Amino acid sequence: MRSASTNDIEFRAVAKRYGSVAAVSGIDLAVPKGAFVALLGPSGCGKTTCLRMIGGFEQPSEGAVYIGGEAMNGVPAYRRPVNMVFQHYALFPHLDVEQNVAYGLKQLRPRIAAAEIGRRTQEALEMVRLGGFAKRRIHEMSGGQQQRVALARAIVNKPKVLLLDEPLAALDKKLRTAMQIELQSLQRELGITFVLVTHDQEEALSMSDLVCVMNAGRIVQIGTPEEIYDRPESLFVADFVGKTNRIAATIEAGAGPIRLANGVGLAKPARVNGTAGAAMVALRPEAIRLVRDGASTLQGTVTHRIFLGSSVEYSVEVDGLGDFLVTADRRSIDESDLAEPGERIGLSFDPHAMHVFPA
Amino acid sequence: MRALISSVYLFLYAPIALVVLFSFNAGRSASEFTGFSTAWYGKALGNSFLVSALQNSLMIAFTSAVLAAVFGTMAALGMERLGPRTRALFDALLAAAIVVPGVVIGIATLVALVALFSFVNPALAILWPGERPPQLGLGYGSIIAAHGLFSMALVTMIVKARIAGLGRDIVEASSDLYATPLTTFRLIVLPQILPSILAGFLLAFTFSFDDFIIAFFVAGSKTTLPIYVFASIRRGVTPEINAIATMVLAASLALILSARLLMREKKSKSGE
Repeated sequence: MRSASTNDIEFRAVAKRYGSVAAVSGIDLAVPKGAFVALLGPSGCGKTTCLRMIGGFEQPSEGAVYIGGEAMNGVPAYRRPVNMVFQHYALFPHLDVEQNVAYGLKQLRPRIAAAEIGRRTQEALEMVRLGGFAKRRIHEMSGGQQQRVALARAIVNKPKVLLLDEPLAALDKKLRTAMQIELQSLQRELGITFVLVTHDQEEALSMSDLVCVMNAGRIVQIGTPEEIYDRPESLFVADFVGKTNRIAATIEAGAGPIRLANGVGLAKPARVNGTAGAAMVALRPEAIRLVRDGASTLQGTVTHRIFLGSSVEYSVEVDGLGDFLVTADRRSIDESDLAEPGERIGLSFDPHAMHVFPA
Repeated sequence: MRALISSVYLFLYAPIALVVLFSFNAGRSASEFTGFSTAWYGKALGNSFLVSALQNSLMIAFTSAVLAAVFGTMAALGMERLGPRTRALFDALLAAAIVVPGVVIGIATLVALVALFSFVNPALAILWPGERPPQLGLGYGSIIAAHGLFSMALVTMIVKARIAGLGRDIVEASSDLYATPLTTFRLIVLPQILPSILAGFLLAFTFSFDDFIIAFFVAGSKTTLPIYVFASIRRGVTPEINAIATMVLAASLALILSARLLMREKKSKSGE
């Protein structure tokens, strides 16, 4: 069955159960050709199961996964036009770097000429900047280098889709940032679809052009990184992606305000529908400004100040609402103007920055 | 305390040391060293009964170890795929098979074989188209079967341990890189478990080569080296016997050491 589509990957009503336990259910997802999509969620949310169903290591219990328009039900991993970068690299320890990278090409039938395999292997190694390492043993390579070998071993086959299972989790912070940039430029260069599984929201937001947030076996929101961050559709997404202050509140009927738990009433943001009742407000720390102005809507006491290099993070005990996190960009504030712990301070923010969810 | 420990080790190793020492004795005595000589080695190797027993032992050890290595590896690979409960059961059975005393294995194998022959031989007599139907009986075949069966448990244990350390992900990676299950086995799994299969083979060989008890029960009229040694000892311990024992000792130690080396090398590699 073919579906006329420009989607490289499609999930249609996919569910996967182990015994009576559902790992994922009701998954519908379309990944356009050449996209960089991130499956983001806490551990156990089913993101890896989805990736493994694309790779062919798991078969869906219900529904179907399509790759390049073809239904993949029952097609084993070794007949799928996708390649995976495994979380712990899964390099073959008894083969050297070159043999690892050439492994996939050597399995292809009809056979590829040895010279062609050698050329493409060298090309892939150079692409991940390991040109001079062809004859090295795997255990002689550092973690970051092993990561690149795993990457080269997958891209050398020019797959339709490259699957990445938490590929950067084992690297230190500096190396991780460098690899993020490298992966991104590699993806643009190759023009193939990347599917990345990660629990690191920063990684998902910075690398991908489509983020698919998952929780408890379901997709909870799909969108661009900006949409996910700026317009979370649920408290879960607001909470999981980026830092968030949660404030208990009540939506009053009609044109009435949103009343925070401490009794302060604020104008409703445009997106809030009219349903009255208990609600939860999510507010990003960087949406709040600290002001020395007794007239601001919320007042509090600074309890901690944490220096983060380019920004400063405050903990503020807000009267009647508890602890708030406030982030201030250092460029926008004067050194001498930093609020001190113990200082009484006002909190100011645009009510439209609030995300309101029914509780 | 130290004296006690020393005496224990003395008790363990002094007899073996004496056997080695007296194998080089120039005289006939097994209690009085009269000079160094390798004459008894020459005499032992010139003894046609001994040489044929040695050949039997080598043939039996090799055949049973090959069978054990092949089927033991297959069993280990198969057990990987069992569910956790069935696997626990087979693990227990495997461990039990190794601790069953040789006497029991000997008797059990003998009884089983005799029962089998009493069933198969009459059937063969009826079904055989030719004049003289073959008669199955105790002999090389039964020793190989008994040794192979026991050693299989040994090989399975060793190979299983290696497979467990292999990790599922390199098998998946191979499959992801277009290799069929058979190719994955040939290119990825086999090269990594080969040292443990070889180690199992060597241990199986050593076990069969040294075994007296089981072989004694099922050998029928055939003679293996340990059976020959046992029989000749009844005519008194000669330096010739010492020479044989020393050779067997050297061969066994060499085999077991190689097996250990094979297993250790893999362990240090996977520990990286």
